[in-house]
Amino acid sequence: MSYTFQWRPVLRSLPEMLWGASVTLEIAIMAMSVGTALAILLALAKRSNLKILSRLAGIWIEVARNTPALFQIYWIYFGLGSLGIGIEPYSALVFGITFNNAGYLAETFRGGFSAVPEAQIRAARSLGMGAVPTLWHIVLPQMLRVTFPALTNQMVWSILMTSLGAVVGLTSDLTGVTQQLNVVTYRTFEYFFVSACLYYVMSKICTIFARLLAWRLFRY
Amino acid sequence: MIQIEDVHKHFGPLHVLKGVSLSVEKGEVLSMIGGSGSGKSTMLMCINGLEAIEKGRISVDGVEVHAKSTDINRLRRKIGIVFQQWNAFPHLTVLENVMLAPRKVLRKSRHEAEEIAIEQLRHVGLGEKLKSFPSRLSGGQQQRMAIARALAMSPDYMLFDEVTSALDPQLVGEVLDTLRMLSHEGMTMIVVTHEMRFAREVSDRVAFFCKGQIHELGTPDQIFESPERPETIDFLRSAI
Repeated sequence: MSYTFQWRPVLRSLPEMLWGASVTLEIAIMAMSVGTALAILLALAKRSNLKILSRLAGIWIEVARNTPALFQIYWIYFGLGSLGIGIEPYSALVFGITFNNAGYLAETFRGGFSAVPEAQIRAARSLGMGAVPTLWHIVLPQMLRVTFPALTNQMVWSILMTSLGAVVGLTSDLTGVTQQLNVVTYRTFEYFFVSACLYYVMSKICTIFARLLAWRLFRY
Repeated sequence: MIQIEDVHKHFGPLHVLKGVSLSVEKGEVLSMIGGSGSGKSTMLMCINGLEAIEKGRISVDGVEVHAKSTDINRLRRKIGIVFQQWNAFPHLTVLENVMLAPRKVLRKSRHEAEEIAIEQLRHVGLGEKLKSFPSRLSGGQQQRMAIARALAMSPDYMLFDEVTSALDPQLVGEVLDTLRMLSHEGMTMIVVTHEMRFAREVSDRVAFFCKGQIHELGTPDQIFESPERPETIDFLRSAI
């Protein structure tokens, strides 16, 4: 039995797939922005002298980094559901990836924070700057430069992780759209091939954009 | 006036300050000399509260530095400090380095802060380097930038912690010239230094530190011409 490739139906549904890709990108960007902010707080909490705070941050980081991302999304979707808190697949996916991003990045940022010399903080404090302005104007910009490559990787990883939306029945993202088209046409290889190409292009664009951003931001 | 009364401090088991008392008047230039590990740099860090103390009291214009009720950030506005490792903020340009604290601490407008910063940078001879990043500057230039950064807060006191020790020998002169200029302008200064000739030339008084105590305190002539304590004599013999 032989299989003949048929690309025409795929090309015809390209607009739908591109729309799906935009949803994918939207989810990844949201999960990345909120995840980065949370990761900074987690990294600070982990270093905090308050035991309870550093313990809780520790648990978050451990779970996010050492269990499958797929399970994390499951827990949020079905876990909250079983508590009577209904949640859309879309939100479950955003929360799940955010949770995962925050955990991974927190660990990266913890290293990044230690890379900023203590003397920088002293110099800022000696000018009368408080702890928070020092963190914001002196520590964070230097920490973000050190961790920027890792941030870029995490962004790419976030884009690819969105495909896990399939397990909670998300149909609007690129994987969801592809899946649905596949069920109707059975052109499995063609659809998933084109879909993979779109993921690849999105990831590449992200990496290139990040490189331009770094070039603009870190001129020193 | 800076008043230091019977200050003690440990680093772990090491008793680094063993009852230091000293007062520095407005307009005075005081040098702290002594071997490494004698406690002079630590003493300096205690004056603006970067280091805690265990016993005794330090007050600046009557405000106790280590009292819980003291707003330390407010107090630090009037005490500038320059470190051995100049600690330029690498991600900011020279101009931004100097503008930052006037903007964020003194709440000056961007325009005002820029004017202050440019004036101070010209003052230390860096008027041409405003847009450069610190990594493009020599050690001496970075150190002068650090001085301008402290001066931009218009402090009443300036503390200098071995500001030439990390510099290549040929760059020491330009930084010392800047300090000299400030002393001529009447700035109140405490200068921790290994540059004996400089200490002798600019100081009103010199304090000799040894093993966490001030062993001898007097005018440069007293200390350098006719030191009384054997430790001072030994130190000066090896240092000059």
